[in-house]
Amino acid sequence: MTAPRTLLDKLWAAHEILRREDGVSLLWVDRHLVHEGSHHGFAKLAARGLKVAEPDLTFAVVDHYAPTRDRAHITDPQIARMIDTLRTNAKAQGLRIYDLTDPEQGIVHVIGPEQGLTLPGLLVNCGDSHTSTHGAFGALAFGIGATEVAHVLATQTVWQRKPRAMRITVEGTLAPGVSAKDIALGWIAALGTDGAQGHAVEYAGSAIRGLSMEGRMTLCNLSIEGGARFGMIAPDQTTFEYLENRPNAPKGAAWEQACADWAALTSDPDATFEREVKFDARDIAPTVTWGTSPEQALPITARIPDPDTVTPAKADAARAALDYMGLTAGQALEGTPIDQVFIGSCTNGRIEDLRAAAAVLKGRKARVPGLISPGSAQVKAQAEAEGLDQIFTQAGLEWAASGCSMCVGMNGDLVGEGMRCASSTNRNFRGRQGRGARTHLMSPAMVAAAAVTGALTDVRPLMNGRAA
Amino acid sequence: MAGWNTHEGPALCLPLANVDTDQLIPARFMSVPRAQGYGDYLLHDMRRDDTGGLRADFPLNQHPEVSILVTRRNFGSGSSREAAVYALVDAGIRAVIAPSFGDIFASNAVNNGLLPARVEPEACAKLEQALTTGPRPIRIDIDTRTLRLGDLTVPFTLDDSWATKLINGWDDIDLTRAHGDAITAFRDTRLRTAPWAWPAAH
Repeated sequence: MTAPRTLLDKLWAAHEILRREDGVSLLWVDRHLVHEGSHHGFAKLAARGLKVAEPDLTFAVVDHYAPTRDRAHITDPQIARMIDTLRTNAKAQGLRIYDLTDPEQGIVHVIGPEQGLTLPGLLVNCGDSHTSTHGAFGALAFGIGATEVAHVLATQTVWQRKPRAMRITVEGTLAPGVSAKDIALGWIAALGTDGAQGHAVEYAGSAIRGLSMEGRMTLCNLSIEGGARFGMIAPDQTTFEYLENRPNAPKGAAWEQACADWAALTSDPDATFEREVKFDARDIAPTVTWGTSPEQALPITARIPDPDTVTPAKADAARAALDYMGLTAGQALEGTPIDQVFIGSCTNGRIEDLRAAAAVLKGRKARVPGLISPGSAQVKAQAEAEGLDQIFTQAGLEWAASGCSMCVGMNGDLVGEGMRCASSTNRNFRGRQGRGARTHLMSPAMVAAAAVTGALTDVRPLMNGRAA
Repeated sequence: MAGWNTHEGPALCLPLANVDTDQLIPARFMSVPRAQGYGDYLLHDMRRDDTGGLRADFPLNQHPEVSILVTRRNFGSGSSREAAVYALVDAGIRAVIAPSFGDIFASNAVNNGLLPARVEPEACAKLEQALTTGPRPIRIDIDTRTLRLGDLTVPFTLDDSWATKLINGWDDIDLTRAHGDAITAFRDTRLRTAPWAWPAAH
């Protein structure tokens, strides 16, 4: 009898070409996703005169610099050059590119699953830290740097030391108004932004099983904000139903074989994890960040902490964060006035996210300006078919095209200096949304609530009598 | 890339936790080709005022000659941007000493000859204390995994494979191509046993 194995063990073994004496593994890469920011990787490849080893397993996506308005006329020459460079590289290497006018374009971590490029049992690499998103399907998915991008382009393999296995179990049922975003911000606040460093996190428990694929992707996406390069969830019926008939998912007999293989991708009952953490779903409330690190997060009903009373190791950071954020210790989070809102990103730009925001905004007006950028052109089309765009525009918010947009600001969608933004994104780092910008992370429903009142707000009372 | 196993240079304390890669290089500079150099973008928005001028009170501006940074936990967390490492390397930094590093940052650092030296929090606090009056030289020895600042000797941890890579200045692509036959054999087996792993529409 073989020893019980974790999901990580099984995925690792399935991709390990060899293991060196020093314990580092050479892994086969099933999918390599590249974007405009991969230009350093392509330049390294070109410097060696090498070609992409597996163009059929390599997909190029325009997302980081994608304009969300007036795409036909890119006025910023730097942005135009970045997109053109990706086009040139994709063409020279024979790669499928999801370009600006493609009906399948979108954020790389949204369209990978949407197109069935992401599947259980695959190893997915991308030069982007939020590649952990794809682990929601039971894939081994992790972000890599430019040198590693060049390596994958040249060899379709990646060197990696196996991380330690960690399991985060959430049992119970999430209350209305509480979402995967709140689970994530909750565990990161509890364990710290380096809480899962060196680990691959598997999420388990009834609350995780109860999440849709969109929710699971949000949770796995944010693994990196807790320090974990990998997040993963064992595939199940929810996974298979999401994937069946996706353009690049297997069909017919191949689909049957795949589902049979994927059903084995679970941690064995007696498998041991180097670290185990458990949460009760009933303890999780709508959560917002108050500082400049995702770990500086609290339930919306809380007060901003006093740096003098937090652990000494975190006191300096708390003081600096309050100063940057323009907030006062002891002040209630709820009621903090905001200047604008943003809904979108690889974290929370999927159809379920837009539905949750629309349920709060329907028939209401936003008191502050805001931008909504769907995660993909397909999400945009679906939202428009459901009339969600009308709800947003009637509320006074701007409905735009898909891209990374205001999450990272590379395309020019920026939050102004000193402005406070309620945002469905993943990083409240200083200057992330623009120099001097003040970001509060929260779920899309909470962003919608903030838009309605013009301040940080508990969404729950605003949901009475409305579908979540 | 040239390998190295010892380095002695002036070390500066940057007493900040969670210096993420968005701080190390703001996203707006990442479209620049590497050949133009990234050193001027290092910690750009901390080092410079709104007009782009260097802030006189920022330690790195007072001591741009340093080659070692001593800093706090979770250095290089966040985005996978290797440009954060380019900014450090192009500004002349050879090693960063901290209690912990972002996983992707540490890997990117080693791929560019930059040492991410992990030290115990108490030891890091001692180094920090010794640097409160300004930069002092630290001698780094990768072979023995030790740092020396005056009379203070501090051990650091570093993955053995990363030490080998830093010392030899190896490039992975050359090493991997030597395993070409194993890769081809693995691919053939995977195609036969897991045909679903290839995209259906391509």
